[in-house]
Amino acid sequence: MARVETTVTITNRLGLHARPAMTFVDLASTFGCEVTVKKDDTEVDGKSIMQMMMLAAAQGSSLLIVCNGDDAEEAAGKLKALVESGFDEE
Amino acid sequence: MLKFSQLVAPGAIVAQVKSSQRDDVIAELLDSIVSSGTVPKALREELLLRVMERERKGSTGFGRGVAVPHVKHKGVTRMAAAIGLSQRGIDFNALDKQPVHSVVLLVSPEDKPEDHLQAMEVIFKNLSKETFRRMLRQAAAADDVRQLLNDADNQVLPA
Repeated sequence: MARVETTVTITNRLGLHARPAMTFVDLASTFGCEVTVKKDDTEVDGKSIMQMMMLAAAQGSSLLIVCNGDDAEEAAGKLKALVESGFDEE
Repeated sequence: MLKFSQLVAPGAIVAQVKSSQRDDVIAELLDSIVSSGTVPKALREELLLRVMERERKGSTGFGRGVAVPHVKHKGVTRMAAAIGLSQRGIDFNALDKQPVHSVVLLVSPEDKPEDHLQAMEVIFKNLSKETFRRMLRQAAAADDVRQLLNDADNQVLPA
């Protein structure tokens, strides 16, 4: 079992609103590993849209993505790339 | 911290929505916000179109019987939410394919993304709790919902 942690910064102007949060959850759900996302003191399940919306991650905020499982390496890499791409938004 | 009770516009709680159709329910809730005077009446049609357009891109029926349709618009000067309940359920094309019993409509200004995110945080902090969802769904009148929101803000509800 691999555990991979990676830190990302929200770059798009509107932050992690519903659409990008859903895109994140959709991608996270394609992996078998557990995905948790932390912002400050809040830790949520990266595969739950309701929980991801509780992060209120605005532009510039920093998230810690923790993946735990066989495909953790790939999951962490792809999720980081998605957030850093700004979810194809400005 | 933003309060859920303050977010919901005066009079914008519909304890039993008239229709079981998504678009009708969104219109009824938007009208309740417009009636509260929080959003200019002239924006009604455009806001309605924008909320529906957003739903077509991806349902905000996020599962467990709740939906949070929303829109940001430059003509909106302050955030306002409305709550609608349906005993028989609304077809929202939800992610889990189940009918929706509780709808929170959120209207936000365009240039304050942080405020919008904080409103969503407050809404989902509560909707993600089984107790809150159950009590919301069981509320028989607008006053019951008001009381529930106040209790939630004061953190007197069990997790």
